Order: sequence, then C-alpha cells, then structure tokens
Amino acid sequence: MSIMEYNGGSVIAMVGKECVAIASDLRLGNQALGISSNFQKIFPVTDRIYLGLPGLATDVTTLQELFRFRVNMYTIKEEREIQPETFAHLVSSTLYERRFGPYFIEPVIAGLSQTPSGGFKPFIAATDLIGCLNFAKDFVVAGTASSKLFGVAEGLWEPDLEPEDLFETISQTLMNAVDRDAYSGWGCVVHVITKDKIITRTLKGRMD
Amino acid sequence: MNTFASRFSSTSAGAELSKAKAIAMEDDDFSDASWGSEAGYGSLAKGVPTFSIPSVADPTAFLRLHTDDSSDPNCRIKIQHGTTTLAFRFKGGVIVAVDSRATAGSYVASGTVKKVIEINPYLLGTMAGGAADCQYWETYLGIHCRLHELRNRERISVSAASKYLSNLVYGYKGMGLSMGTMICGWDKTGPAIFYVDSDGTRLKGDLFSVGSGSTFAYGVLDQGYHWDLSDEEAQELGRRSIYAAGHRDAFSGNTCNLYHVKEDGWKFIGNYDVSKMHYEGPGDVPGSAGVAYGYDIRVEGRSSADS
Repeated sequence: MSIMEYNGGSVIAMVGKECVAIASDLRLGNQALGISSNFQKIFPVTDRIYLGLPGLATDVTTLQELFRFRVNMYTIKEEREIQPETFAHLVSSTLYERRFGPYFIEPVIAGLSQTPSGGFKPFIAATDLIGCLNFAKDFVVAGTASSKLFGVAEGLWEPDLEPEDLFETISQTLMNAVDRDAYSGWGCVVHVITKDKIITRTLKGRMD
Repeated sequence: MNTFASRFSSTSAGAELSKAKAIAMEDDDFSDASWGSEAGYGSLAKGVPTFSIPSVADPTAFLRLHTDDSSDPNCRIKIQHGTTTLAFRFKGGVIVAVDSRATAGSYVASGTVKKVIEINPYLLGTMAGGAADCQYWETYLGIHCRLHELRNRERISVSAASKYLSNLVYGYKGMGLSMGTMICGWDKTGPAIFYVDSDGTRLKGDLFSVGSGSTFAYGVLDQGYHWDLSDEEAQELGRRSIYAAGHRDAFSGNTCNLYHVKEDGWKFIGNYDVSKMHYEGPGDVPGSAGVAYGYDIRVEGRSSADS
C-alpha cells in the first residue's frame, strides 16, 4: 500500500500567453472506496498565486494552514505580497524541514510574477514531497494520475495559448488523464489566472 | 506403462499435467494440438489440455514470483483484478449484470471489457479475477457442454456444468489460477446460479455478487431483492446495483452489461454508461423511473448543505 495513493487525487498546471492555469480533480478516497466528490486540493495563496496539494488528505489540510500562516507572516514582515518565485522556495524549504519524516504531498504552484517593468510573467513550479523544486516552462503534473497527465499534456499543450484556449487544453488534459486513473476523478475544478481576473470553473467529470 | 492405476494415482496438479503431457507425447509425436487445429484447447480426445511448464525446480513458486502483485507491486506481470459482477434468481428467471472496467494497478486498462461469457444459448458465465483464466476456462467449459449435448442428446444442467468447471479448476489448485465466477442458466429444474471460484468453492444460491465492488452491489441488491420482482423491476435492480458499485469502487465502472435468462435462453438487455446513469439515469428503458441515480443530482437544492 502506497501512502501517496491512499486518498488519491491529481493536480496539473500549465503556462499560457500572459496567463497560467491550474486544475485538479475533486475525489477524496479511502483507497478503492470513494468518499467525497467535492474535496478541494487547490488553494489561493495571493490574488495571483494558486497552490495545488495532491497527496495524503490529512497533510493537504495541515500544509494549507501552514502555508497560510507563513505567507501571512511574510506579508506582515515584508509589507508586500509574496511573489511566486519566493513562495516556491518557501514551499521547498518548508517541506525539506521534514526531510526525514515528510509530509506526503507533491505541491504544484501556479501564478503570475511581477516584472520590474510592471508587467506579469507566467510562473509554474512543482516539488516532490521533500521539496526538490522543478521549474517548468510548459506544464507540471502531480498526484496519482501524474504519468497519465504527462502523456496527454505532451500531446495537447502548445506555447502561447490565450486564456480560453488554455482552459480548454488543461481541462481536456485533466479529464482524459483522470479517466484512465482509478484513484482520481469524480469531477474537476480549473482556475485560469490572468493579470486582471481569475476564471474558476467546476467541470462535470465521469463519476466512476 | 500407463496403467489405469498409475494414470490416476496422484491428484496433484503438477503430476496431472506431466502425465497428460506424457500421454499426449506417447501417442504421436505431432499431436493435432501442435498444428494449432484445436486453437490451444488441447486434445479433446485425451480429455485434458496441456500446458508447457517453466523448466525450473518449483514452477508454482516461479509463477508466483512473477505474477502475484499482493506481495510486491513492482516489476510484476499485472493481472486484472477489480470488478463488480452480480447475478440473482427470481420469479422471472435470472438477471446477470456486470461492469466493464479492467485495471492493472491504478491504471484503467480498458473500459469496454465483456465480463459476461456466453457459454451457450442457455448458459452464461461471469468474469472476476484473472481475465484470461475466466475467458479460457469458461470457453473450454462451453466445448464440454456441447460435447455433453452430443453424447447425451440433452442439454447439460447448470449444476453439472458448474461442477465440471469447479472440478477442473480444483485440479490446478495452488498453481495461481484466479477466478470468481457465477455460472447462470435455465435447465430442467428452472433458473439456477452457481458460484464457482479458483479455490474450488462451488455454491448454489439465489443471489451472488463477486469482485472488489461486490459489497456496494450487495447493499443495493439486498435492499431491493425479493422473489416476486417483475422482469422490469429485476432488470432495474441489476442495473442500479452495478451503478452503485461503479460509482463508489475505484476499480469498477465505465459501463454495465445486463443479461436476462429465461426459459428460452439468455437475452442481452443492454449496455449502460455508469456516468450517464449518474447524471441522467439509464434512459428510456423498462423498469426505470427515468431519474438520475446520482445522490448529489437527486438532492440538489433539497439538502441543508446547499443553503
């Protein structure tokens, strides 16, 4: 029995043109038994950063609270919003603190970072459960359907997608990948982060 | 050399196999089977199909080392496991309903598997456990049911057919066969169901469910089952039970295949998408109330959680 597959669930993030998207399934299971079809794994960190936490459900809740605390402390001390790059390193070092007794979570970070000229640059990253950062230019995946997500994303993703096209691409990738994974599915949620708004949509997925 | 006594003195599967092999080789060096004329089902004249055995000291241990995924999930030949199948007997015959998902570990290898094996027009077998084991041995059972008909000028009883299968798999006990099957049909005694598995268990009963999703199916089945169900009610109960299992069990789902066995043989009723049943119900079919099965669909706007 793998602890990473105990509750199931998957997250994917993709880069578009001046936008990023992050999406997850909604299943919470107890191994083969499906428990909930409305278990959120993606959380807003700032107005322009979202964090996906696939893995052991107990640690999803714990880490969400821990990151909320640490981001709040950062904001108070620095008197400014945290940037995605900084947040990624915060995630990484928080996980490495538990190097020899890790949280069973593989975080995915998606956001827009501010450039010196005042514009916004898409940012995505993922880490393993002890905080090894992986900055990607195209997409990152994590969770029980990660291998299937890689396959579909390699086939569907292309550079410089507009927000609506990026939404279609990430949705199709996630929905088709989780249908091939026994531990993921039961509906999906997609967030597209653009410089002036966030589009959040809940998708009807296969319920088996 | 092959006296009656020596041929049948040992009952162990390994011994049985090597004996059958020896008999086949002795009679002629090139048996019909080696020309492929019997499609891998062995020499029927000699009774037993023969299998080549890995040439190692302990063939059983060798097979287990490479196939048994319970002890070590890595680097093994994965055998299909997750399933939901059910069958029940009632006034109007037998209902057989199965899901169609095949998984290898967490990977959904197929969503269109036929888990009901049509042995002959009066007999159905269901498939749970090793897909190949079920498919091969139930087809093999079909051959012998036909031979029984030709020899005895009457159809084989469900009881006899299931006993043939259970005795057959018992001969291979301990060698890694994996099957949990229900042999369903209609014979002189009326509708009948026998549960047969690779441990050698053979049970007669009114209602069975087999596989990883069986507990979910039993939940619905037990609640709605009684002998005097109408044909439409019974079909709906089978469908609804498979839906419940497909929904809750990660290793079951995709679609439901429904069969009804009556006095004049089995009839395929239909194929129903589990996800479609969740959102819209099974469609315009007899016995269906035409409403979605999904809990969150049925309670939408009526639950305190929504306000």
